[in-house]
Amino acid sequence: MTRLRAAGLVLAAPVVAFGFALAVTLVILALARVDPLAVLGDALAYGLRPVTLVAVANKAIPYYLAGIAAAVGFHLRLFNIGIDGQYRLGAFAAAVIGAAVSLPAPLHVALVVVVAMAVGWGWAAVAGLLYVRRGVNVVISTIMLNAVASGLIAWLLSPARLAQQAAGSNNVTTATIPPSGWIPSIAIPGVEGAGAAVNGFVFVAIAVGIGYWLVLHRSTVGFEVRAMGLSGRAAKVAGIRAPRLALLTMAASGAIAGLVGLPQLLGASHRFGLDFPSGLAFTGLSVAILGRNHPLGVAFGAFAWAFIERSAQVLDLAGVSREVVTILQAVTVLAIVVAYELVRRIRARQERRYVARAVGGASGVTV
Amino acid sequence: MTGASIPGFRTRPGWLLGPVARVIAGFTALSLLSGALEAPDLFSRGGIAATLRFTAPILLAGLGALWAERSGVINIGLEGMMIAGTWFGAWAGYQWGVGAGLAAGVAAGTAFGLVHALLAVTFGVDQAISGLTLNLLAVGLTRFLSSIAFAAVAGGSITTSPAVPDFPTVSLPAVEVLLAPVDRANVPVLGDAAAVVLGLLTDVSVLTVLVVALVPVTWWVLWRTRLGLRIRAVGERPEAADSLAVRPWVYRYVALGVSGGLAGLAGVYLVTVASSLYREGQTAGRGFIGLATVIFGNWNPWSVTVGSLVFGFTDALRTRQEVTVGVLLVAIGLVGAAVAIRRGFAGDWRGTLLFGIPAGALLAWFWIVRAVPSEFVSFAPHLTTLLVLAFARQRLRPPAAVGEPFRRGDAG
Repeated sequence: MTRLRAAGLVLAAPVVAFGFALAVTLVILALARVDPLAVLGDALAYGLRPVTLVAVANKAIPYYLAGIAAAVGFHLRLFNIGIDGQYRLGAFAAAVIGAAVSLPAPLHVALVVVVAMAVGWGWAAVAGLLYVRRGVNVVISTIMLNAVASGLIAWLLSPARLAQQAAGSNNVTTATIPPSGWIPSIAIPGVEGAGAAVNGFVFVAIAVGIGYWLVLHRSTVGFEVRAMGLSGRAAKVAGIRAPRLALLTMAASGAIAGLVGLPQLLGASHRFGLDFPSGLAFTGLSVAILGRNHPLGVAFGAFAWAFIERSAQVLDLAGVSREVVTILQAVTVLAIVVAYELVRRIRARQERRYVARAVGGASGVTV
Repeated sequence: MTGASIPGFRTRPGWLLGPVARVIAGFTALSLLSGALEAPDLFSRGGIAATLRFTAPILLAGLGALWAERSGVINIGLEGMMIAGTWFGAWAGYQWGVGAGLAAGVAAGTAFGLVHALLAVTFGVDQAISGLTLNLLAVGLTRFLSSIAFAAVAGGSITTSPAVPDFPTVSLPAVEVLLAPVDRANVPVLGDAAAVVLGLLTDVSVLTVLVVALVPVTWWVLWRTRLGLRIRAVGERPEAADSLAVRPWVYRYVALGVSGGLAGLAGVYLVTVASSLYREGQTAGRGFIGLATVIFGNWNPWSVTVGSLVFGFTDALRTRQEVTVGVLLVAIGLVGAAVAIRRGFAGDWRGTLLFGIPAGALLAWFWIVRAVPSEFVSFAPHLTTLLVLAFARQRLRPPAAVGEPFRRGDAG
């Protein structure tokens, strides 16, 4: 019974929080002098069309990978804001190398994946080393590393160096990866229209989610990470080497972050350009918070985030700035962390009462 | 117990007098080097004035971070509070003048600071999550507000505000008359020194003067008043303070309100003195650099000021010529080479390689290209932050309770 109530509380928290965030957003829409419910209805109708849902799924794949990358760090309270730099540098290097070689199809894709992961791993390891050796706050170091990565890419991604001007557009891109380094998309039966196919990288994302769960719950390292996250002091006493674990976790987070750009690189654009989005670190962190670091929860969070952003495209037509979505997302995250904290306090009080009742007769403890 | 280990001992202004001799020596060396390499604007009057303009917002963010962290709360939301300051400062400033802009920007920053306090102190949410999300909220909110308030106004757009009026400037009398001839005469070293003094003391915005004054004010309030003692006590041992009826949450709210207000002021500074309008993305991570200055400055306002000057100087490099930036690289390379040689004589070969290889690479780079690409200059302050945090002396002592939420009965 208590377990059921506890589970109910955990599930109720995000629902209540999202409801609160939605209410805030509706108030903002009303302040912007549009009919909030009509706009919301339009957005839902647009978002729930099958074609849009496929696009949402495609958008959710990188969000999911970023979310898992963030979740890996969360266990040790390492906030990897560097997902942005790690993924963009990784995708850039992978695009350059992928376009420069010719290999049989599976090997070519594998090479691109390995390069992207290795670069993400290495770039995150810089922040990990700074944290472990010099005690530099990970948030600060990864934000600085993002700026450095942006500058490096801006310098390398110029026609004078590793890039070329795309014909007929302002986009500057690397050379195109030959078709042996592409992954196919999966057409969804019954859905018509341009881009109505799910990116094949979805299977990699699913594999990453399963691998994340297995490592965390079925391996020694995963056990150490969870122990460290629950009580750092107890874990250290038990002989877990905290610095080594932090470095490992940070680098693993970076390696997963390296995958974030690959759905677009391998499945859609086949070259790296200025159109690879930035700001995915915050998306990843939000999605991981939403999903409480659980692979299924993160999947739900990623899909919800992608759905909100995609359906918001209708807002422009209603004369409302699409940025209202960012407000909705930020308020959702804040409301959810508050809700989780309140749930934690309620459960702690329940447990104290339970303990008091169990031992109360003997010792007379009152809580 | 020696005097040096007493917390707060190094917070008196007197200790700065020691390094002054070193600063003069370093300045002379850099001045001679820039003369030798024909870099015109390393210590030009305009360049120094630009350094001051780029330092002030970082310094304000640093002081904001100092207030928050001294009370035991990390304020990663400084960037967002600064963004709120830029938007509201510009919004009120272009309509009702700089005074209104100042008030609105500081008020907006303070409001964000209090929201951070509500989340991190009252609800005990992880301070990093709360701060990061407030940054996101500020970005979303200002974009949304721009689309309503700026997009349809003459001179404004969805990402920029109309022109914002500036604060008046002041000059120290007689400096211009006395030193301008020395600057123009191009005397080696002395000419540069005159330019530095001219850049610092003439045509300075009133707001800059206020910002500089906030450093001693911060020191005085935090180390010489009852309020400051309580804020610092709450940041070291909240449970001890609480047992003496000093309620941690009260002082953390106060400190975060001030912290947000300072960040908001930094935003106002960006839209008025450092530029003349609100532009999206204007803060460019300066809130985070401000956080770094506090680590660099070992949580004391005087060293935070020195750190802000270093970061402000590198931030201002974007206004300089590429050759000038190269001079700095040569200087860093030479220092690195000197350290490498010293380590070599001491028999520390790993140290020699650690410093020698990057130093050699820097010098070789300058030898070959003689200039630094502008893309690299854009991340100079961020790279400097990383390097300083990586190599700075690590005899640091943060407030003991920083980052720890306080709940009565939770602490062991």
